[in-house]
Amino acid sequence: MADKHAPQERHTIAVIVDNEPGVLARVIGLFSGRGYNIESLTVAEVDREVGLSRINLVTIGTPMVIEQIKAQLERLVPVHSVRDLTENGPHVERELALIKVHAVGENRAETLRLAEIFRARVVDTTAVSFIFELTGPAEKLDTFIGLMRPLGLVELARTGAAAMSRGQEPF
Amino acid sequence: MTTTTSGAATAGAETSNAKMKGAEIVLKALVDQGVDVIFGYPGGAVLPLYDALFQQNHIRHILVRHEQAAVHAAEGYARSTGKVGVVLVTSGPGATNAVTGLTDALMDSVPIVCLCGQVPTHLIGNDAFQEADTTGITRPCTKHNYLVKNVDKLARTVHEAFYVARNGRPGPVVIDLPKDILVTEGSYLPPQEIAHRTYRPRTEPDIAAIDAAIDLLETAKRPIIYAGGGVINAGPEASRLLTELVELSGFPCTLTLMGLGTLPASDPRYLGMVGMHGTYEANLTMHGCDVMLAVGARFDDRVTGRTDAFSPGSKKIQIDIDPSSVNKNIRVDLAIIGDAGRALELLVQRWKARKVKIDREVIGRWWEQIECWRAVNCLAYGKSENIIKPQYAIERLYQMTRDREVFITTEVGQHQMWAAQFFRFDKPNHWMTSGGLGTMGYGLPAAYGVQIAHPDALVIDIAGEASILMNIQEMSTLCQYRLPVKVFILNNQYMGMVRQWQELMHGGRYSESYSDSLPDFVKLAEAFGATGLRAENMGQLDDVIRKMLDTPGPVIADICVDQLENCFPMIPSGAAHNEVLLAPPDQRAGDSFASEDGMVLV
Ligand SMILES: Cc1ncc(C[n+]2csc(CCOP(=O)(O)OP(=O)(O)O)c2C)c(N)n1
Ligand SMILES: [Mg+2]
Repeated sequence: MADKHAPQERHTIAVIVDNEPGVLARVIGLFSGRGYNIESLTVAEVDREVGLSRINLVTIGTPMVIEQIKAQLERLVPVHSVRDLTENGPHVERELALIKVHAVGENRAETLRLAEIFRARVVDTTAVSFIFELTGPAEKLDTFIGLMRPLGLVELARTGAAAMSRGQEPF
Repeated sequence: MTTTTSGAATAGAETSNAKMKGAEIVLKALVDQGVDVIFGYPGGAVLPLYDALFQQNHIRHILVRHEQAAVHAAEGYARSTGKVGVVLVTSGPGATNAVTGLTDALMDSVPIVCLCGQVPTHLIGNDAFQEADTTGITRPCTKHNYLVKNVDKLARTVHEAFYVARNGRPGPVVIDLPKDILVTEGSYLPPQEIAHRTYRPRTEPDIAAIDAAIDLLETAKRPIIYAGGGVINAGPEASRLLTELVELSGFPCTLTLMGLGTLPASDPRYLGMVGMHGTYEANLTMHGCDVMLAVGARFDDRVTGRTDAFSPGSKKIQIDIDPSSVNKNIRVDLAIIGDAGRALELLVQRWKARKVKIDREVIGRWWEQIECWRAVNCLAYGKSENIIKPQYAIERLYQMTRDREVFITTEVGQHQMWAAQFFRFDKPNHWMTSGGLGTMGYGLPAAYGVQIAHPDALVIDIAGEASILMNIQEMSTLCQYRLPVKVFILNNQYMGMVRQWQELMHGGRYSESYSDSLPDFVKLAEAFGATGLRAENMGQLDDVIRKMLDTPGPVIADICVDQLENCFPMIPSGAAHNEVLLAPPDQRAGDSFASEDGMVLV
């Protein structure tokens, strides 16, 4: 590819698709088949009546590859629309994580103190553990998880990013 | 059968709410889509469809001998008519056998609807007998696919499949049909011109972009028009408009392998084919141009060679219906998204309206340069008194069929490239070859697909002795339907193209590329009930061609050609257009171009 030395960019792309069997496989197959990266991908129905789902995906590539990804997505028959949120002005991006930490003794207080700083909610507690729920941009989640690791992180579940353009305009 | 038979009173029966069986719904939908022939092979899961076929007279079924051939035949039919080709195969092995054909159609943008049987809905996922995950397997090798789980959605799905196959950039569409759906009663829905929910490809080009293109073209000093299969897919009028644009502008024009025939080969501005085995003049003109107009061509790696050295000094304009074809391999300066025919129409219109004046002197100098390249006579080959040169065999075939309406299909290999170089096409839709996928075994079934659509035309499969064996069983189909296809084998007893690469890039180590234990093709033809002929030396060539043409039924002509002939010019993989190899004495086997980089390329 002509721009193989061009810098890699991270783009968040929202795709509205018909909620029909196989549509997610089409999108994922496109990425694996053509060697594109998927950093994260989330999908859920957003309009039951019309039968629409929204896929939020985060990908990394050179500008030419990002352009290709969008054109390839547009080409899929059940795709309604594709929007590059990174390119279309400011957007908000949020992810949710559930984080299980073993914490006894001194660590318990320290774990809770950090959780408070990050506004992580405790959603489950035992004498020796917590499960935190944390929402925010991916980097915030990364930082908190990084802090929990030495304190006794034992399990992690992340949703991947959901994202939306700022302002009043709908997709 | 129920009261509403599948084909009876086709269109116009809109209001009839009579219930029909799924199989009848499928056939009625096909008839309403204008289908008159399907290529298929039966099996358990599609028996209800075969039963319905038996009881009607609207659709002709051609029984192939392998499902891959069914798809290639439908491709031949589609590419020579501009219509959608239709295939019917059974579940499991029927569907998996069709995969190569589907991939071929996807790569070459051929509109196909492939109906696949499937195990009954309640057995799906149970590893039932002859079950395969057909929609899963074919997802990456179709433009789109469907699994029909509700008989009331069946008619709509079939109509939608045709819409998707033929609109935008054409391609193959699979409909997976569980057996229970075929026997359940449901209601029929006629085709309607309702806009598809999501798939509405843009066909109308942006007029501002058309004008911007003319701005670039009218000031070009070293222009070229580079056209491909997209122009053929846009219909014969698009080819006429391309020819008109070439005439209006006086610009040189080259065609891709898929585009041969869009501009008559007899046009003086035609430079021959571009790409790996394209002409010297076409490739050097592409390399040295300052403005390139690409129409319905996708900058495939067989065309561009090394992308970072591809036409380095030019402004590039690209007309394509598929936005993903733009800026994929090569960055272009101006993209025009839309139907190639429509874009060419607007270009010609605006060209005339703006009274574009080309500086003849400037373009004249460009032509002088091009004529120097032409004078190299890059397709020249060594003549021989006795041994038949493969290029010569094709030249003779061309000359001896000039007065006929002739359609050419090919297999894959050297013979394919020689056919592209030496057979000259003056019309679109007369050249059928597997370009994108390069599928050996394509030519024979594609040829009878063409013959079915054009019963009176002369259809010739230019073949290699290795490729022809990949779907040789289709001789049986030819004989069953008395299809007078001529199979013209350039028999070099090698997988010639493989041998050529081994000679040039792998030190002449001919690993497994010798065609050992070949059948006697004359006897083979006779065994199938066809006519077999053989030419072993120059003295016999014309006679054999004449006999082949005069024989009414199917013929295999085994033309024994020079075994070690190479196909030139050649731009080795990973080389630039100006690093083209010409035939000996320039040929430097095992020399510098056998670069490490080049060796890993295909
Ligand atoms: C199905 C398939 N398998 C393998 C290849 C790789 N391949 C390309 S050309 C070729 C040799 C073809 O030999 P032949 O049909 O005799 O044609 P020739 O090159 O000798 O004219 C092979 C094996 C292919 N294109 N398709
Ligand atoms: Mg051969």
